[in-house]
Amino acid sequence: MSALTYEQVARFAQQGGTVYFVVIFLAGVAYALWPKNREAFRDLAHMPLREDEDDHVGS
Amino acid sequence: MSENLAQQDSPPGAAALLIISAAGAFLGLMATALSPDPLFRLEGWIFTLAALAAAAALTVGVANGRYQADPRRYEDGVIRAGAIATVFWAIVGMLVGVVIALQLAWPRIFYFPEAGWLNFGRLRPLHTSGVIFAFGGNALIATSFYVVQRTCRARLAGGLAGWFVFWGYQLFIVMAAVGYLAGITEGREYAEPEWFVDLWLTIVWVAYLLVFLGTIWKRKEPHIYVANWFYLAFIVTVALLHIVNNLSLPVSLLGAKSYSLFAGVQDALTQWWYGHNAVGFFLTAGFLAMMYYFVPKRAERPVYSYRLSIVHFWSLIFIYIWAGPHHLHYTALPQWAQTLGMTFSVMLWMPSWGGMINGLMTLSGAWDKLRTDPVLRMMAVAVGFYGMSTFEGPLMSIRSVNALSHYTDWTIGHVHSGALGWVGFISFGAIYCLVPWLWKKEKLHSDALVEWHFWIATLGLLLYIAAMWVSGIGEGLMWREYTPQGFLANSFVETVSAKHVENIVRALGGLMYLSGALIMAYNIYRTIRQPAPAVLPEASGPIVAAAA
Repeated sequence: MSALTYEQVARFAQQGGTVYFVVIFLAGVAYALWPKNREAFRDLAHMPLREDEDDHVGS
Repeated sequence: MSENLAQQDSPPGAAALLIISAAGAFLGLMATALSPDPLFRLEGWIFTLAALAAAAALTVGVANGRYQADPRRYEDGVIRAGAIATVFWAIVGMLVGVVIALQLAWPRIFYFPEAGWLNFGRLRPLHTSGVIFAFGGNALIATSFYVVQRTCRARLAGGLAGWFVFWGYQLFIVMAAVGYLAGITEGREYAEPEWFVDLWLTIVWVAYLLVFLGTIWKRKEPHIYVANWFYLAFIVTVALLHIVNNLSLPVSLLGAKSYSLFAGVQDALTQWWYGHNAVGFFLTAGFLAMMYYFVPKRAERPVYSYRLSIVHFWSLIFIYIWAGPHHLHYTALPQWAQTLGMTFSVMLWMPSWGGMINGLMTLSGAWDKLRTDPVLRMMAVAVGFYGMSTFEGPLMSIRSVNALSHYTDWTIGHVHSGALGWVGFISFGAIYCLVPWLWKKEKLHSDALVEWHFWIATLGLLLYIAAMWVSGIGEGLMWREYTPQGFLANSFVETVSAKHVENIVRALGGLMYLSGALIMAYNIYRTIRQPAPAVLPEASGPIVAAAA
């Protein structure tokens, strides 16, 4: 059994973390810019305007 | 029919909360009785009395059969309470700010050697926590409960849990504030409360997270609106920041004092990882959620670009978390870490301005409303200040600029352009929107008073920032001035007396901003007390009847 050294843990955290974050971020951007989502997002921009201000749960 | 539906037993949550309150009162009483530490006993009494009051209120409520929830209506009571608490704490926090600004201008004012609790050192955390956590926090909790219900089309989850969050948070504020005045402090910026108050806030915050998540869970709307993403990022990250930054070991179980688990430069980095993300996630992400709901709603225009809002969200949360080390330039922190903080701070400029453009361009097609609607104008100015301070921040994080700006009043000015200009104005705008909706009034008592609030607060804010630029850059230059022999040219006290006039202007600016908040409080009070409209159109019924 070889114990992990500080350097090994640090390298894994730094390189693995960078790749992990960049991939999630790119996935978020791809989701935002995906052509198929264009219409849905155009519609969702109106979401705050759909409900009126009374206290009945809308349907 | 609605009468029958409403006649149900009290929810089981009320009984559980009653038991928890009674247990809390017992624990608080025991801790108070057994503690040798007078400061801890003071806090113990506050906690015990609060728990007893909660138990009494719950007993009366359960006995009278209150707390029946109508699932077809939104839970708005806790939001009404939150709106009032927001206005109340705004005035308290800003009033303390004016007092300490006057103390900086005239050190002898309001200073009595025998009353230590009036000391600047005790009042300053009261001011910062009062405006950030009491005013800002209540605004965030109240608006998040409103927005999550409306955009999920679901009643707030957890029954009375929303009320537990509200009152638990007020108890946190009171215990923190009394502790500061009494002399309890952890000495951590924006995280001064001691370990037992930190534990209490953790419980309240987890309840808040669960209520918010539960409401999203039972939503009838398939998509989670972007404002809820921002609110959720704010709640989750603040939980994480709060817990890690406050990891500490109490000296004794019945004493107020504790020591951080970290030491030296690790502790400094932890504190500023917390401190800067408190700015990023408490004071930015949460209030951006407000922007993404209340600006479109008030302007009656859709969000300019929903795609941009998604990119704004992801880039903001991925970049902000690394920016903290820019608070530690020229310290024992390794230089690569300082550079990392600086680089990410400069990168933050892009998502911040993307968000600002998205907020302002939402007004396209409704620009004329800026002239006629002071509430919308207030929110637009808030977004403008968001852009201004998120430009200034990256600039100040650059190491060579920081060499001039750090520890000077420039930083104070920067914080206030963000806090008063962005956070304050967007919250005022949200409150002005919410109050007529929540109390079912046609409109605010007076739009003219909103105009007064807007102009007094804006002028005060500009005076404040301008004074701090002058004094900050001035004292920064004085600090780095050398004589030909290589000695420092100015003593510290000379740099203090050099900014006397700027300190007076700053106090005046703060007083004007506070006056604006007082005008708001009066306007809100009169709006709530307005007589109900003669014909209250039934929401689901035909609107024609009201129009006829």
